[in-house]
Amino acid sequence: MTIDWNAFTPWTALAGGALIGLAAVMFVLLNGRIAGISGVLGGLLSPARGDIAWRVLFLLGLFAAPWLWRTVTAWPPVTIDASTVATIAAGLLVGFGTRLGSGCTSGHGVCGLSRLSPRSLVATLTFMAAGFVAVWVIRHLLAG
Amino acid sequence: MALLLSAFAAGLVFGLGLILSGMTDPAKVLAFLDLAGRWDPSLALVMGGAIAVGLVGFTVARRRTVSLLGSAMKLPTARHIDRRLVAGGLLFGAGWGVAGFCPGPALVAMAMGHPKALLFVAAMLVGMGLFELVDRRRKG
Repeated sequence: MTIDWNAFTPWTALAGGALIGLAAVMFVLLNGRIAGISGVLGGLLSPARGDIAWRVLFLLGLFAAPWLWRTVTAWPPVTIDASTVATIAAGLLVGFGTRLGSGCTSGHGVCGLSRLSPRSLVATLTFMAAGFVAVWVIRHLLAG
Repeated sequence: MALLLSAFAAGLVFGLGLILSGMTDPAKVLAFLDLAGRWDPSLALVMGGAIAVGLVGFTVARRRTVSLLGSAMKLPTARHIDRRLVAGGLLFGAGWGVAGFCPGPALVAMAMGHPKALLFVAAMLVGMGLFELVDRRRKG
């Protein structure tokens, strides 16, 4: 393993992470809900009465974030190297997988681990491991 | 009304955190997942920072029966670790490793107007819809 010290951004990573944690805490304390993005979004696909507006508002907040950001400073780069086919396949896997596993990086990774949930710990370790393996296969095994 | 405003505010702060942390850049996410390459450990600190704040807040939240705005606390009650949980994690993690996007950052990058992020989100919604179909059929 070689650490890429030039790419390492500890302070913005920590501060950004703290903001994500703050948002999750705000949401659970004020609304009593888990800020899990796949759950918030996925719940709109089988909507129940009275269960739609808060989801839409949360997502609008998420969409507004880059625009508020841009009133202060330029957006950081978004580099998407995956091909069109790979992007579609990845989206399908992420959509199906997060609903099957009841959560993603935010619901299990941030909220679940903060709640000390063993279920979320297993989920987080599983998707992290799968992510490491997928990148290893693509970058080292296939491209080798 | 207050609940809707707080939902918007939480989404907004969440999105700002995703941008500041670097999570919205798939190249950076993949550099974190690439343990055998030139590894960028930054995202471990994103998780660390989020959980450090989260631990305090969720400890308070767990003791409450209603939220600060008076709504019911809707904390997950599921505790079982089953095949669905693990299979879902494996599929999600594989997709995450292929494109470098998880759901939140993909939505934010889509809002920035990146066409491939839009494509990813569209496919993700199809994947979620497929799950709904399969799940409904399974439940009969």
